[in-house]
Amino acid sequence: MLAVAERRLPALTRLKQPEALPIRLHRHRIYVLPTRFGLMFSAVLLVMLMGALNYNNNPALLLTCLLGAACYQSVFQAFRCVNGVQLVSLQGEPCHAGEPLHINQTFHADGRPRRSLRLRVADQETVFDIAGGDGRVRISAPAELRGWCRLGRIRLYSEYPFGLFQVWSWLNPDFAALVYPRLEVGAPPLPHADDAAADVATKRSGDEFGMLRDYHASDPRRSIAWKASARHDKLLVKEFEQRRGQDVALEWAATATLVYEARISRLAAWVHAAEAAQLRYVLRLPDETVGPGLGPDQYHACLRALALLPGATT
Amino acid sequence: MPARPRAAAGCDDVKRSAPVLTAPQFALTAASVFAAVLPHLPRMPKMFALLIVVLLAWRLVQRMRGGARIPALIKLPLVVLIPVLVIGTYGNVFGREPGTALACAMLALKLVETETRRDARAAIAFASFVLMSALLFNSALVFTLVLCAALSLLLATLYELEPRPEPAASRNWRKHVGEGLRVGAFALLAAVPLCLCVFIFLPRLGSPLWGAPTDDRSSRTGLGDEMDPTSLQDLLIDDSAAFRVSFDGPVPERAQRYWRGPVLTRFDGKVWTRSRYLADARRGDSVESIGAIVDYEITLEPSDRRWLLALDVPVAAPENAVRGADMSLVSDKPVDQLLRYRARSALRYQLDVQLSARERERNLMLPPGFDPRARALAAQWRRELPDDEAITRAPLSLFRKDFFYTLAAPDLGRDSVDDFLFETRRGFCQHFASAYTFLMRAAGIPARVVTGYQGGYFNTLGNYLLVRQSDAHAWSEVWLKGRGWVRVDPTGAVSPQRVELGAQAAAGASAQWYHSDWLVGLRNQFDLVNRGWNSLVVQFNELRQQSLLTPFGIAKAEYYDLIGVLIGTSTILLALYSWWVLRRPRDPGDALDVAYVRLCRKLARSGAARAAHEGPRTYARRLRGIPGSPRSAQVLLERYVGLRYARALAPSAAVREFGTEVRNLRLPRTFAKVNVPGPIVTR
Repeated sequence: MLAVAERRLPALTRLKQPEALPIRLHRHRIYVLPTRFGLMFSAVLLVMLMGALNYNNNPALLLTCLLGAACYQSVFQAFRCVNGVQLVSLQGEPCHAGEPLHINQTFHADGRPRRSLRLRVADQETVFDIAGGDGRVRISAPAELRGWCRLGRIRLYSEYPFGLFQVWSWLNPDFAALVYPRLEVGAPPLPHADDAAADVATKRSGDEFGMLRDYHASDPRRSIAWKASARHDKLLVKEFEQRRGQDVALEWAATATLVYEARISRLAAWVHAAEAAQLRYVLRLPDETVGPGLGPDQYHACLRALALLPGATT
Repeated sequence: MPARPRAAAGCDDVKRSAPVLTAPQFALTAASVFAAVLPHLPRMPKMFALLIVVLLAWRLVQRMRGGARIPALIKLPLVVLIPVLVIGTYGNVFGREPGTALACAMLALKLVETETRRDARAAIAFASFVLMSALLFNSALVFTLVLCAALSLLLATLYELEPRPEPAASRNWRKHVGEGLRVGAFALLAAVPLCLCVFIFLPRLGSPLWGAPTDDRSSRTGLGDEMDPTSLQDLLIDDSAAFRVSFDGPVPERAQRYWRGPVLTRFDGKVWTRSRYLADARRGDSVESIGAIVDYEITLEPSDRRWLLALDVPVAAPENAVRGADMSLVSDKPVDQLLRYRARSALRYQLDVQLSARERERNLMLPPGFDPRARALAAQWRRELPDDEAITRAPLSLFRKDFFYTLAAPDLGRDSVDDFLFETRRGFCQHFASAYTFLMRAAGIPARVVTGYQGGYFNTLGNYLLVRQSDAHAWSEVWLKGRGWVRVDPTGAVSPQRVELGAQAAAGASAQWYHSDWLVGLRNQFDLVNRGWNSLVVQFNELRQQSLLTPFGIAKAEYYDLIGVLIGTSTILLALYSWWVLRRPRDPGDALDVAYVRLCRKLARSGAARAAHEGPRTYARRLRGIPGSPRSAQVLLERYVGLRYARALAPSAAVREFGTEVRNLRLPRTFAKVNVPGPIVTR
């Protein structure tokens, strides 16, 4: 019984149940209603009809019928616009709690181009076209809390071609984006940052690089040694000589004076600061230790660990 | 936490100040509004039309220059001013003419205040109403087609008003508009079947719901009930159709085709008018037909006047009309839509052999103190000529001598007949008819002016006679003892071509290039289409609709029959549309996947369904563990893995072979109890 309902009317049963990608829109899950303008326009058509009938004027009646029929059949064009559209992929961009979460969505549709499709996610509306098979949309949703953020239902709709009918369907993709913790604003400087920073400062002033190594895709662009790269005909990266003992230790225990979420924010801010200062750092949380290391991998691993810390009360 | 309220508030802001129209959107809206107003402009008073055009142009320029929203301080006075102007021009705001004038002006005002998409949409809805109302005044085929085509502009505007993603919005907008027009035209074409179905079966009203069609001042050209020296001039250059006739028998000779309209008996020195007493229905029958009776059917174009035309002279009045004492037919109400009626006429007749003294006196009356020279001439004829018949011929030989037929007649002074007879000596039918009748009366012979049409073009293809407004004509009737009223056409004396060929041919030298023969011929041929349009569409009414279902055994279709048929046929049409939309796409998907899915389905039917988390290889391994599972299925699964994952693109021959084998695979009905491992919970 439920299986039949699931197959026949997926939009009713899948409302709460996320679906795996790709999600293909088809006639069982596309809904149509006239818009407010559509209702208003049909009232005008009715007035025209009464006028033409009253004056017994057949050409006027013909014109009214033609316009009415053209408007009415636009419901089929509207349906064709949404029918067969597939949500192929979703990709979240890194974001911190409190910032809008940007999600790149890719839609796919065979054959004819689709115009004026609209997405509504949490009161935000985005318009896009699908031309040549693919359409990409960047939507933003508010992300309040760190951790896995579910996008929730997405309303895909269109009022193509004349705005008289709205054709819509709900998409509930099985997708969650990781929201990093909020960065504390005005966080205190890094612990032991003084000597570590001084250490680097002296090295920098002397321009003494420990070594040059090959470029990896994950290296920040600013650490590329452009002059040396030009000499060796390949991209080289400056690596500051640092001793293991000098790693910045970002300790969970060091923030004991703060409330739970504030501690996470503080650590996240420190991770950010350490990355910005190009200092190797290690993050020590109650249950895990991340690092030591430096670079995007370490940065994202730390923020991920912080984001996924259990909530305060649990 | 502050982010959510801010986001929500921002969104509300967006909603409240709805998106302002882009330049192409506004331009298209303005074009639609203009297209809706344009068909009305020629009919309106010049000042009013000018006001509307100026309003539209000003707003368009103002907006194109990036002007701001028009303040209420300007809009409000306009809103008040326009109804006042309409009342000032037309006297009221009800009825077709003032109503549409008001609607046009209000539509122009709507454009003035249009800033957002919502405004623009309202303007388009209103514009479609205004466009439709233009057809209440003119139902010609070409006009209707042009207006229907204009609908695609309205639809293109609605299309343009749909939001587009940013890069698309800034595209080359000529291309953009072209796309909109294409979509609109396509929508109209796709709508034609549904439109026709509704048009044919929608029940017509037998009588209007509200007192509509009694109307005000008309701007239509047509015969009036008075004639001054210039009144026919506009008519004679108007090429539109006046009426069409199909004869039951042979078509009368051209020289006999005098279509009798109003008869004018009173003359005040300048204007001939119709006496009121003539409107009385005729007592008794005083026509005696000498020749055969002609039967025919006339389709009269709307004239907003009450004259019905008939061949000289009608022997009976058609339905809903009376025949006056002067033998002209008068309808009960103004002809405001195409009217079809049957008539009978006697071409050779004797009319009023006895003339009462009262009537004789009326037809001899002349205004005192006008035209002394003409009176003197008539008196001279009376003295010198032997009898009445000789007198009736005298002016004709005078006209023949040195008078000249032209549509560009010079102006006449106070003594119009004298001026015409002795000074200008050039003019067209009404000058001749007026002068002739005056001379006859002055000579003591009862005479009157008859207006109507003369001639007509016979369309052999459609087997009907087309009479245009330009065939309007005026002639005289004199009463002779023993013969009754006799028709005399003084114009024929001057210009026999007028009777033989028509007014424009007679005007000859002054003809414009667009009256050249081949063009007139072409237009005459094309009139067949107009006639078809008139009889098929314009004339389609309640009665003809009721007989639509006669072939299906319903003699008189009531409105519920029609509605039933309407619902039935439109349902069939909509089912066709739906089929077109819902038919499944041809693309069957990847052949290899299709075969794999089929294999899995076959296995599932045998009781060993693949679990959602199982890959083909795991599945095959599990199958191996089930006793009695056929080896062939496992082999196929392994082959699928090979085809799918061994290389980027599987060779299509191998895929086809795989598909065939899957199709031919026969599995034992059930070889396994349902044996699906429990779902592995991830996360």
